Amino acid sequence: MSTFLGIPGIRRRSDDAAPEGSDPFGPVPHPDEPLRWGEPFPAAAKQTLQDDQLRRKLGHATRTIRAKRASVVGEVPDWEALRDTGSAIKEQVMANLPDLLARLEENVTARGGVVHWARDAAEANRIVTEIARAQGADEVVKVKSMATQEIGLNEHLAAEGIAAIETDLAELIVQLADDMPSHILVPAIHRNRAEIRDIFRRRMGDAPEDLSDVPRELAMAARAHLRRKFLSAKVAVSGANFGVADTGTLAVVESEGNGRMCLTLPETLVTVMGIEKLIPTYEDLEVFLQLLPRSSTGERMNPYTSLWTGVTPGDGPQEFHLVLLDNGRTDVLADEVGRSALHCIRCSACLNVCPVYERVGGHAYGSVYPGPIGAILTPQLTASSGGMSGADDVNASLPYASTLCGACYDVCPVKIDIPSILVDLRAREVDADRGRAVDPWRAAMKAASWVMSDGDRFGLAGRAATLGHVVGGRDGVVSKAPPPASAWTRSRDLPVPPQQTFRRWMAEHEKDGGER
Amino acid sequence: MRIALAATCLADTLFPGAPRATVRLLERLGHDVVFPRGQACCGQMHINTGYVEEAVPVVRNHVETFAPVADGAWDAVVIPSGSCTGSVRHQQAMVCRRAGLDDLAATAEAVAARTYELSELLVDLLGVTDVGAWFPHRVTYHPTCHSLRMLRVGDRPLRLLRAVEGIDLVELPAAESCCGFGGTFALKNADTSAAMLADKTANVRGTGAAVVTAGDTSCLMHIGGGLSRQRAGIGTLHLAEILASTREEPTPLPRVRAGATEVTR
Repeated sequence: MSTFLGIPGIRRRSDDAAPEGSDPFGPVPHPDEPLRWGEPFPAAAKQTLQDDQLRRKLGHATRTIRAKRASVVGEVPDWEALRDTGSAIKEQVMANLPDLLARLEENVTARGGVVHWARDAAEANRIVTEIARAQGADEVVKVKSMATQEIGLNEHLAAEGIAAIETDLAELIVQLADDMPSHILVPAIHRNRAEIRDIFRRRMGDAPEDLSDVPRELAMAARAHLRRKFLSAKVAVSGANFGVADTGTLAVVESEGNGRMCLTLPETLVTVMGIEKLIPTYEDLEVFLQLLPRSSTGERMNPYTSLWTGVTPGDGPQEFHLVLLDNGRTDVLADEVGRSALHCIRCSACLNVCPVYERVGGHAYGSVYPGPIGAILTPQLTASSGGMSGADDVNASLPYASTLCGACYDVCPVKIDIPSILVDLRAREVDADRGRAVDPWRAAMKAASWVMSDGDRFGLAGRAATLGHVVGGRDGVVSKAPPPASAWTRSRDLPVPPQQTFRRWMAEHEKDGGER
Repeated sequence: MRIALAATCLADTLFPGAPRATVRLLERLGHDVVFPRGQACCGQMHINTGYVEEAVPVVRNHVETFAPVADGAWDAVVIPSGSCTGSVRHQQAMVCRRAGLDDLAATAEAVAARTYELSELLVDLLGVTDVGAWFPHRVTYHPTCHSLRMLRVGDRPLRLLRAVEGIDLVELPAAESCCGFGGTFALKNADTSAAMLADKTANVRGTGAAVVTAGDTSCLMHIGGGLSRQRAGIGTLHLAEILASTREEPTPLPRVRAGATEVTR
């Protein structure tokens, strides 16, 4: 079975392409901040939920990948031990991050690479731009990378007159459509193949006139288009899945071979790596190269694993730059509970298994990191600019974008306890918001706290509630309630209180000596 | 055994049938059930909505009310709810520590160590799977998220249900998927919650069951509220209400909203 996750779904709208000039394709115009765009989650989700095609596509794609993952994970007898090990290694990395980073720099430098340190997106973008400029490049080819999505590198380069060309198929689709990714691994998961054909026809420049929406034809068109770019580009930009501190080795895993092309053909390679991507030793790759492909694409092994260490004379890029990106990670590291979000290896298993993500899609999260991991990572990465400061920031709604069902924690290959972090972030968000004068939620929670912290008070409240037994009418339910309960009754009935609370029944029961 | 019952705030007020059935069931099995009257709520709603400061007095009340179990006053505490048991086990001590109440946290842990969700109590502590129940109806079981993934009750509820005489237990498709309740999530993200609920109720309706059961009244309130709105003709019963049902004292089928469409398979 092929892993062609970049083109999910087979629904087609019609054979007629949308009229020329109805661009842009993207439902999401490029935001200024890749980690903060659009409306707060509830409102954004309300929008995306109305797209029934999107829901069918996501349902199909996530069900497929969930089943594949479950099957290949199930065949590993020591999977739980691998998860424990992966988690322990990442914990060790976070505990020794400064030392390990210095060791990585030392080893990359010793092998002929150049290490740059970037505090934030602006610094990282400037560094990459200067390197490309120094090579006289007006075009760079790119390996799919979340770090460069996070800093908006493509947009920055474009503003500087340098075209960045995404070479991962799904990433190319997103880029050509002037769209934003909606998934960490399969960024065009929200597109069907008819849409992709339209995007290629109108935006690729060299797509065949008679291009159909058969996946193979689409892939071949992209392949021909990209081959020309691989051969002409002088500079490539990549991210990194892993950086080995002990050896200075960088690793990229991928499925399409585009990464291998970018990492070997151009004369200059620039890798932008989040500082949390470190692992201490080469042997540690053994753990992660088992965990990652099974968790992400549901494959036993990914088709391409590229490892490189500095510069090798006469072979591959002769100039190698490593940009180490902070961009809020140090703030995350400082938080005792939230820091394990930095353990993430970007496999996307949590997205695929999340019942919320499955319904609303990635764009509702307003960040290049959607889904459960995005809900804990995005607010933390943007904390210094208010990402968790209550009602003023759209990102503060993200920790609530979960029912705490725990499916994400179960599949996480490095055992990030996402539900507990969500709860902790909610508490931090509420605390940051305590200065606000009027907060109906806080008022309600305070009142409830008083009632619910004493058996007598609670018993009285329960008896008072039983008076409401009469409001149910004939059906014994409430179908229409005033706000805030209307949020419930819009789609569900509300039971009316019973004639007798349990504790009243129990008091009588005890009087009867436990008989009935 | 002497077993203290934590009825849960929701069931005490809105769904008294579940704790009543828990009492009947445990007494039928020969145990003494005690209801410590100081109890109110475990604090889960406050904690999961981010109001941890406001949760402290609620948690303190629960811990102090049930603290005697740690000294052997009772053999165990039973809660007919997966998520409340989960909160007792995984959150209460954290809330106390966060507030600097280390002694209370230690007591909370001691109470939690002796607190069981109903199916855990029956299967693990009391060692029964056949509780002598009779319930001659088609039933489907929703394994609530916190029972499944926080407590890992596994197939205990299903083993208990399979042993019920006369029951026609049918599998719920996509059973492990969340119903969309999530406490205040159902209000704060009402649209997303409703979309999840739509899929859950569609799966429930597809089973042709007369009753959907679970170990949590909260999830049942959500699923039942959706089914009622759809006039699906399917009611909800807590696991305890099915296990308490006998030929002599059968649990009646729950009332469903008038105008219900006929159940179709």
